[in-house]
Amino acid sequence: MSDILDLGVKDIRDGVAKGDFTAREVADAFNTAVAAASELNAFIVTTPDHATAAADAVDARREKGEDLGKMGGVPIGMKDLFATKGVQTTAASHILEGFTPQYESTVSQNLWDAGAGMLGKLNLDQFAMGSSNETSYFGNVSSPWKKDGTNAAMSPGGSSGGSSSAVSARIAPAATGTDTGGSIRQPAAFTGICGIKPTYGRCSRWGVVAFASSLDQAGPMARSVEDCAIMLEAMAGFDPKDSTSLQMDVPAWEASLDADLKGKKIGIPREYRMDGTDEEILKSWEQGKEWLRDAGAEIVDISLPHTKYALPAYYIVAPAEASSNLARYDGVRYGLRDLPDGAGLQDMYAATRAAGFGDEVKRRILIGTYVLSAGFYDAYYTQAQKIRTLISQDFSAAFGECDAILAPTTPTASFPLGENQDDPLAMYLNDVFAVPASLAGLPAMSVPAMLNADGLPLGLQIVGKPFDEQGVLNAGLAIQQRAGFDAKPEKWW
Amino acid sequence: MSVTREEVAKIASLARIKMGEDELERMVPELNGILAWVEQLGEVDCSGVEPMTAVIPNTLRLRDDVVDADPKTAGGRRDDVLANAPAAEHGFFGVPKVIE
Repeated sequence: MSDILDLGVKDIRDGVAKGDFTAREVADAFNTAVAAASELNAFIVTTPDHATAAADAVDARREKGEDLGKMGGVPIGMKDLFATKGVQTTAASHILEGFTPQYESTVSQNLWDAGAGMLGKLNLDQFAMGSSNETSYFGNVSSPWKKDGTNAAMSPGGSSGGSSSAVSARIAPAATGTDTGGSIRQPAAFTGICGIKPTYGRCSRWGVVAFASSLDQAGPMARSVEDCAIMLEAMAGFDPKDSTSLQMDVPAWEASLDADLKGKKIGIPREYRMDGTDEEILKSWEQGKEWLRDAGAEIVDISLPHTKYALPAYYIVAPAEASSNLARYDGVRYGLRDLPDGAGLQDMYAATRAAGFGDEVKRRILIGTYVLSAGFYDAYYTQAQKIRTLISQDFSAAFGECDAILAPTTPTASFPLGENQDDPLAMYLNDVFAVPASLAGLPAMSVPAMLNADGLPLGLQIVGKPFDEQGVLNAGLAIQQRAGFDAKPEKWW
Repeated sequence: MSVTREEVAKIASLARIKMGEDELERMVPELNGILAWVEQLGEVDCSGVEPMTAVIPNTLRLRDDVVDADPKTAGGRRDDVLANAPAAEHGFFGVPKVIE
């Protein structure tokens, strides 16, 4: 059954429908692979029973000749930021350790309704705050990739690092991710897989542990553009329980995939050519232009003048929203309570939050509290939100001249775990190319391009107009077909 | 702008996070590094620019003004709400005594 592990979403779904194998065989194969891959530390908890129950239900429906659903028979990994009924949901934090939701997030419910099953809850950076998967209370996640000639554990990226690690290691055909400032795209790029963050509002945020509500978006991570299209269709949709949910039909992204880009213009933002960007990254960008030209697109230069301010603006807006969102963890309603002897309510709050949050989370809560505090609010927060307007206007102007934008996903390839840990700012720079699209709420995708000289994957990013996931997926497909990326990490776990 | 150890202690107290001396000492240069870096936003002339309120234009929906108008957002789930409480008592959240 080892070849089943090489199959993606589409092949599993179609194979189950045709009767090449049963959904139960698929679930068993992946459950076994997950159980044998504990060295990656990609999962916080595994849920083999969920996967087999969903598979059995799909097999039973097939017996009766019923529709199997968009994801019928596909077992997936669920980032542990989505509330799953009866299954511990932690956001990789101590403060939510043991928290067992009494409800199911909309996105996960949509996936179960589409016939998918759950292999387990995937590790991540704590509260999705991090770019290397080193801030989880449940330990670092390792990438299945190694730098040629070294044995050091490499970062799978973050925050969706359990997702990227599991999908690239082929212990899950696909996984959910969430992207606040690059948390789907950067880990996808680091591990040689695809990941798309849709337009803000496409996927419901209901039941997703909140980090920065004006930025958070869920999306799929898988090994092909087609698989991302299928899974995004299953995840997306209007939800009355999310006030920012888009009241729009979900397009037939899979059926409309088309890699012919004739008549399309692809913009190359000149400001993304930054000092210190890795030569090989720049080379992959050049290659990406060639591929898209080959697919019929016209390559045009564009300008996004406020690009350099996106990352610092993000590090005001996101912590500000986080400090407000994370105020709910108070030791009263759910999760950890630390009540020192004789402590009053205020002391209990402070002790609980001290014990329950990791360093990076505390750092961001403090930054957020500071920039929102009286006397500093306008100088920091209002200014950052104005800059966000300018960044959004930059994109609107650019989209007058092009249909989609091509850029690198990250400024470097993956790095060894521990390398950037002492310097928060160096770590933040990982998301320099990812954050602008987040601030503007735009759909954006990372697609694997090639391996660098060290044998590590590099990704290319496509950013589209609002609601134009199709354009993003189509350009991604054009790259995928020409890149022919089929490298696999060598199994060591 | 930069922050002193006392200011970080004040922020931590506002954020309700207990911090020891060592932790405060460690946070001061880290926060100052981040604050010095975001300072560059001040270079941008934002006169006449409205701060962003919604990335994708959207209007907030109103539901019918009746109890449990939408079953998906309905109430009546007290036990579910209390299920994960560290100290639920008599159908309420229990907390340490607040009024002496």
